[in-house]
Amino acid sequence: MTRYVMIADLNRCVGCQTCTAACRHTNATPPGVQWRKVLDVEWGDFPDVQRLFMPVGCQHCADPPCMHVCPSTATAQREDGIVTIDYDLCIGCSYCTVACPYQARYKVDRPEFAYGDLPTENEAKRFDERTLGVAQKCTFCSDRVDAGVEQGLTPGIDPEATPGCVNACIADALSFGDIEDENSNVSELLAENTWFQMHAELGTEPGFYYLWDADDKRQGTERVNIDVQDTQE
Amino acid sequence: MQNTFGNVLQTQWDWRAAGNFMFGGSGGALILMAAIASWPGTPNLVIGLAALAFVGLGLFLVWLEIGRPWRFLHVFFHPQTSWMTREASVSVLLFAATFTGVLMQAPTLLAAAGLLGFLFLYCQGRILRASKGIPAWREPAVAPLIMSTGLAEGAAILSILLIFSGAGQMWLLYLLMGLLAWRLVSWNHYRQRLAANNAPPAALKILEGINRPQVILGNALPLLLLATVIVWPDLLQPLALLACILATASGWLMKFTIITRAAKVQGYALGKLQKGRPTIKPPVRREKDRFVFDRD
Repeated sequence: MTRYVMIADLNRCVGCQTCTAACRHTNATPPGVQWRKVLDVEWGDFPDVQRLFMPVGCQHCADPPCMHVCPSTATAQREDGIVTIDYDLCIGCSYCTVACPYQARYKVDRPEFAYGDLPTENEAKRFDERTLGVAQKCTFCSDRVDAGVEQGLTPGIDPEATPGCVNACIADALSFGDIEDENSNVSELLAENTWFQMHAELGTEPGFYYLWDADDKRQGTERVNIDVQDTQE
Repeated sequence: MQNTFGNVLQTQWDWRAAGNFMFGGSGGALILMAAIASWPGTPNLVIGLAALAFVGLGLFLVWLEIGRPWRFLHVFFHPQTSWMTREASVSVLLFAATFTGVLMQAPTLLAAAGLLGFLFLYCQGRILRASKGIPAWREPAVAPLIMSTGLAEGAAILSILLIFSGAGQMWLLYLLMGLLAWRLVSWNHYRQRLAANNAPPAALKILEGINRPQVILGNALPLLLLATVIVWPDLLQPLALLACILATASGWLMKFTIITRAAKVQGYALGKLQKGRPTIKPPVRREKDRFVFDRD
């Protein structure tokens, strides 16, 4: 079996937002919609202040609450764990949005483009009217993954079979691959590093792992006054 | 929820969604109360239609909110796990049973309608509870709160209708007092559980802001007024009416606040660090639940 997951190495991420830009270009998401975004997180009191950059988005949970609550069965899950939305089934009730603990879902009711009423060439090419009035979110670039696999390529290794955000990362902070394969890139990264899943206590079993250095004081649970700046909002 | 951040207010479900919980919940309970009050007879047409109007108004408001309103029939596709599907399905049966029962003056149908009204209310509580992204909704104590306030509102509205028609019933006021007491306990329990489970402080503050009017004007004062009516039944009309209006309005205010103002999202967080290759949980998948169009 295959279970695709993504890994973000917080020790590597520099917060450049290239993944965000790549995602927006790849999927032509409208202004304000970021399937992949990077949080600028600060905490502590001067002079003992810490900062990190945290990529977030759909966690493609193994047990996704969005899928369970969806009244139309528009939200589903593939055999490889990728959580999908059928735009033709979705009624845009946003129940999935309030069920998602990761703020990963968006709904846009009318066409919006980056530079006013007229779409750019890329936006015009990739505009999909079916996404209006329905839920949308990161797809793990499943179309790229599928196309690559059909050609015999390995997702996470071959760029043609890998999500756009991972390909674009300048710091090699994002990784993608099959966690069921013990020898895959992601399995090795998790085996060799300390990591966490966001809101694991909610039982969603996210398919998104964060690598984080265990050897400094940031690992403590006494973090206080965490401040976050979503630089794209 | 230690160390979470970014607990912004959800904006996807606004006053329209709140309207379903406010009016739909009251309407469902009104049908139940009317069925109980009239058993073994049947409630009059006006009460039955009033209850359906409440439920219908709530559903109409939700319909106004969805992004693809003409696909509304898709809401019935996922009864296996979605409480929204279940609520919608119950509402169809509720309309059919109530309307037919009132028109045909069939007590059995109206008893079934009352049960369906109760189920409708239960579904509403579970809809909120299943919303894992909103700590103020997913708290299990929200379900009894939604139930207790809905039933209190239903009893209060029925009392108002009966008093206006000159057929006020004392036992209904006793029942309302019991329901108000239950709602008060549920409200306090709900807030305590939220605080114990580290809900976002902003959400707790919002709820704290309505606590005093909720407790005093929404529960204590109506209870006092109803107790007065029991001692001096001649004061039924003015005092019971005021008590019922306060009980209903405070329930609506509470639900409106929980849906639209206290609905801070889960936020982001840094998790507990772990070492080693994780134990992999296979995707749940529920392909058998999936409704698939034949698009060929």
